[in-house]
Amino acid sequence: MTTTPASAEDHPDRSAVRTLARLWPYVRPVRVRLFAAAGVAVVASCTGLVFPLVLKWMVDGPVADRDTAGVWLGALYLLLLGIAEAVLFGLRRWLVARPLSRVEAEMRADLYRHLQRLPVSFHDRWPSGQLLSRGTTDLMLLRMFLAFPLTFLLVNGVTILVGVIIMLLQDWTLGLVILGPAVPVIVMCVIFEQRYAHVARLAQDQVGDLTTVVEESVLGIRIIKGFGRHRTQARAFRDLSRTLRGTELRKAQLLATIWGVIVTLPELALGAALVVGTVQVADGGLSAGTLVAFLSTALALRWPVESIGFLLAMSQEAATATERYFEVMDETPEAEAPLGAAPQRGAGLYRYAAPPRGATSPHGPAPDNDGIRFSSVSFRYPDAPPDSPPTLDRIDLHIKPGESMALVGATGTGKTTLTALVPRLHEVTSGQITLDGKDITAMPRETLRALVAVAFEEPTLFSASVGENVLMGAEEGAGQPELERALAVAQADFTHALPQGTDTQVGEQGLSLSGGQRQRLALARAVVGKPRFLVLDDPLSALDVHTEAAVEAALRQVLADTTALIVAHRPSTVLLADRVALLSDGRITAVGTHQELLRTNAEYTHLMSGAEHQGDER
Amino acid sequence: MTATTTSTPTTGDDDHEPESPHPHKPAAGDPFDHDTLPTPPGATATLLRSLLAPMKARVTVTTLLLLLQQAAVQVGPLLVAYAIDRAVPAFRKDDHGPLIAVGAGYLLCALLSGGLQYAFIGASARVNQDVLLDLRGRIFRHAQALSIDFHERYTSGRLISRSTTDIEALRELLSEGLQELITVVLSFVYISAMLLWLDLGLGAVAVASFVPLYLLVRVYQRRAVRVYAVRSTAIARVIVKFVETMNGIRPVRAFRREDVNDADFRVLNQQHERSNGDALLEMARYVTGSRLVANTAVAVIVLWGATRVADGTLELGVLAAAVLYLRRLYDPIDRLGMFLNSYQSAAASLEKIAGLLAQTPSVPEPSTPVQLPELETDQPGREVVFDGVRFAYRTGGEVLPVFDLTLPAGQTVAVVGSTGAGKSTLAKLLARFYDPSDGRVLLDGVDLRELSAPELRRGVVMVTQEAFLFSGTVAENIAIGRPDAPREEIERAAKAIGAHDFISALPDGYDTDVRKRGGRISAGQRQLVAFARALLADPAVLILDEATSSLDVPGEQAVQRAMSTVLRGRTAVVIAHRLSTVEIAHRVLVMEHGRVVEDGTPAELIAGTGRFADLHRAWRDSLA
Repeated sequence: MTTTPASAEDHPDRSAVRTLARLWPYVRPVRVRLFAAAGVAVVASCTGLVFPLVLKWMVDGPVADRDTAGVWLGALYLLLLGIAEAVLFGLRRWLVARPLSRVEAEMRADLYRHLQRLPVSFHDRWPSGQLLSRGTTDLMLLRMFLAFPLTFLLVNGVTILVGVIIMLLQDWTLGLVILGPAVPVIVMCVIFEQRYAHVARLAQDQVGDLTTVVEESVLGIRIIKGFGRHRTQARAFRDLSRTLRGTELRKAQLLATIWGVIVTLPELALGAALVVGTVQVADGGLSAGTLVAFLSTALALRWPVESIGFLLAMSQEAATATERYFEVMDETPEAEAPLGAAPQRGAGLYRYAAPPRGATSPHGPAPDNDGIRFSSVSFRYPDAPPDSPPTLDRIDLHIKPGESMALVGATGTGKTTLTALVPRLHEVTSGQITLDGKDITAMPRETLRALVAVAFEEPTLFSASVGENVLMGAEEGAGQPELERALAVAQADFTHALPQGTDTQVGEQGLSLSGGQRQRLALARAVVGKPRFLVLDDPLSALDVHTEAAVEAALRQVLADTTALIVAHRPSTVLLADRVALLSDGRITAVGTHQELLRTNAEYTHLMSGAEHQGDER
Repeated sequence: MTATTTSTPTTGDDDHEPESPHPHKPAAGDPFDHDTLPTPPGATATLLRSLLAPMKARVTVTTLLLLLQQAAVQVGPLLVAYAIDRAVPAFRKDDHGPLIAVGAGYLLCALLSGGLQYAFIGASARVNQDVLLDLRGRIFRHAQALSIDFHERYTSGRLISRSTTDIEALRELLSEGLQELITVVLSFVYISAMLLWLDLGLGAVAVASFVPLYLLVRVYQRRAVRVYAVRSTAIARVIVKFVETMNGIRPVRAFRREDVNDADFRVLNQQHERSNGDALLEMARYVTGSRLVANTAVAVIVLWGATRVADGTLELGVLAAAVLYLRRLYDPIDRLGMFLNSYQSAAASLEKIAGLLAQTPSVPEPSTPVQLPELETDQPGREVVFDGVRFAYRTGGEVLPVFDLTLPAGQTVAVVGSTGAGKSTLAKLLARFYDPSDGRVLLDGVDLRELSAPELRRGVVMVTQEAFLFSGTVAENIAIGRPDAPREEIERAAKAIGAHDFISALPDGYDTDVRKRGGRISAGQRQLVAFARALLADPAVLILDEATSSLDVPGEQAVQRAMSTVLRGRTAVVIAHRLSTVEIAHRVLVMEHGRVVEDGTPAELIAGTGRFADLHRAWRDSLA
């Protein structure tokens, strides 16, 4: 039940460092601050290492000499060091707070911009939950990675190095004892890193699957309740959440092991150093102050060493998050037409230069008044098995200017797919579609989509007012008169009875409307801009008979001078159109008026009236 | 068409803070306008208790492990003091005993602290995961148990974020925060005790430093609550915009919303960026302040201690141990700040979850379910009686005034009328998606409220307009009708409804995953799958609510054929805009404003002069 198109198995081995290096384009703009912060952190951390040295000086000097002034001086040094350390650590956080928030925001904005421009077929494959988790959790992980593990792996590395040098300088035998466990700890960390990476990715994907079950059980609640299947659904959920628990426990087991090692080994070395040091002090080979300083240096290194485990774990998770992020970012967006503004890929940051609005006015005189023409158009879904027959096969169809053409065909013959080709929601596999003689692939999408208005089978409203939802279909500057006209065509006068009329908020965050109401608003949106070309996908399916009749009457006037393609299931919808095209098994098999086809085409008669016909059913 | 889209674009997240104003909503005072449902006082605490109660023993063991682990860790400096003050002089007198004791003690501590750490992480992970498993399951089951009218008002996005982001917040608190807090508290206690024991004066200074630290934490917490509330509202807005765009990608593209969306999103994203930065800066201030206090305290203690060592009133080893302890004492202060953060967000999440769990299903299962009577004839249908039924929404608005209606067993009844006439409400009452405000709905004389869920679904099944497909294969989707049905019956159901041809043409036939390559299924085909489901379920009463809206005429006819063959003898209620569906009905009800205004056989009504006759004439004309 994996819903992630790319699952953990696809990435058995990959270098975390190389993956994380892909973040550089985003980090570059803030690199000065980030490096400065790292530098500050190194200094701050090393300041901590000077503490024991001052302490040693105090113990061996003023304390042993009973020099009160010296003791005060030492304490003053400590105080100054302490203030310096606190200020430096604060400075580090202050330096990165805003820049890192900006990096996160930039990456999120890029992701959003990119996703909006990926082909529709990409969105068909990817559940929005998977995309959302990349835009939220994964990016937060990345910000945290830049703030902590990235800086502190460096800082702690330097601190450990400096600390070890100090210890070696003070007493090289003790220093070597302390260094003893370094090699086994590093080896363990490397092994841990590899294993943890795998399990972490598995857990992230399993969370995604669990989310899918939750989503479906909510979206399909009427079916579950209608068939009394909540127990089946609960079982599926329980199984998945138990699997996730298992994975999380494996993760914890790994974490526990590495923690156990990281805590035990240095502590053992410290114990050994204490014994050796005590012997040396007793022999007089070492001053008491040095031992104290040595041990407190070693203790000061405890956190830097211990933290390596979780810093590596966080880096690993960040690498996974980066991978997931770029999985999506590496998808190729819809290529722009040659004369349109191409996306400029600069330093990994997308900047889309939008073509000026209305560069080609949809209402301007057409150079060649030709209507919509499909010439030998074939289409196969890019993810379809290569040996399957194409969804649409060499379609030839001409819709004359001002004409409306109904598209009729049995369920699943590709009517909706055909309509999606006109505004280039999907790209034709071969062949050509022209609008007024111009190849649609030769014009910028922006221009094309300004020419063609669509009402989808599934009417989607956005979280905005009724008016805004409808006026989306219009050129900028359209206002109340256009809105009223469109609402009148779609018979959507119910909007005036809403709490705030056409200013009422709808969509996920607003009032929920019935299917029929949403369908009428979607229709209003399609006609509000008086588009030159109109594509309607079964636009009246959810309307009751009375409303349907009223919409049809109003729509007829709009269609009188619009070139339109209308997917139809019913005779009543077909009658809106001047002519009918019959789509059968991916091919146009007949074109004519409703009456002609009723007389001459058995399949059409069957589709319209249900009367049986002989012969070639499918 | 994607197989996953539904008729409602509702996969979203709507994490508004309870007090955040909802600028666009009518001020109706409906709690559903806000994200947080009315939570009875103390519900959050009760929820937490009930989650932890079953694992009391394990929580105790886990806590004990951490207690011992911290003890083992904190012994170190004590051994250092002992080594300097006792073992060194003893060694000089050739007494190796104390030194061996130090060595052995340190070895033991090292092994104990490592081993206990290992055990603790494992144990606490098990507790955390079990709590999460329990809570996830509870939310899921509760959401499933809540009635349709709840789901209609509480958007799916909110429900989804309850079981995802809110659970995630809690997971963070449990897996990192709580351990952090206990460690911090424990080491404060241990170390203060040790310091006091080593030297009362030095210990007292250390304890005194807790006062300014405590104040700092308080100030930080108060300021952080505000910043974090702003931040979580900001991210919720970002999420809503994000999800809405992705779910509506077709209209976004077709209507060239990309640039407008980019601009809108930039504003929301920047608001989040700002509040995020504010939160980080708040943290920076806290860290600086607490470090200053801590380091000053260290300087003061060293000054005083060193003066006394110089006086000879304090041993050097004690001072050394005290300094070592002090470094550790103040180490976890930063982490305390982080804990506070994860606590804030987890508490807010838990409250939302508690609010959801506190909702009582308005259509509860009976405590003592009744069985449906055995069928007396060989006809599978059952009689339906609406007995003095009235229905009004809880917020007011009467939809169905009191009415009585009897549908004899085996009758097919078509219900027609304009939008809002109450047809769907009638259907939902019969399917027990709602319970009537007054009166009873009886199935063969038994009140629907007395039937258990499985018994009810053997009796009544409803097919709606939205033909949602679950992930899985086509066969699995049909089998939702009857999970134990063998493959032949699944195929028979598909054949009966005319869905067999298109299913066989899919890449893997019945085993085609509806979300995978080549699994594209059109809206009409999805409705056929939904019908096959109903056929397989084989209920006594079948309700079709606009279930044929996306079917073409042959598809609709296949459904009608199936109803007159496979489903023959069942009681059926058919709601349809298409009058073609009505032709097979034995009886037609015309509804208007919640009332049945015409009732008769299709022939009678067509022959008459009422609304149905008008409708029918208009429809006939459209076919001509």
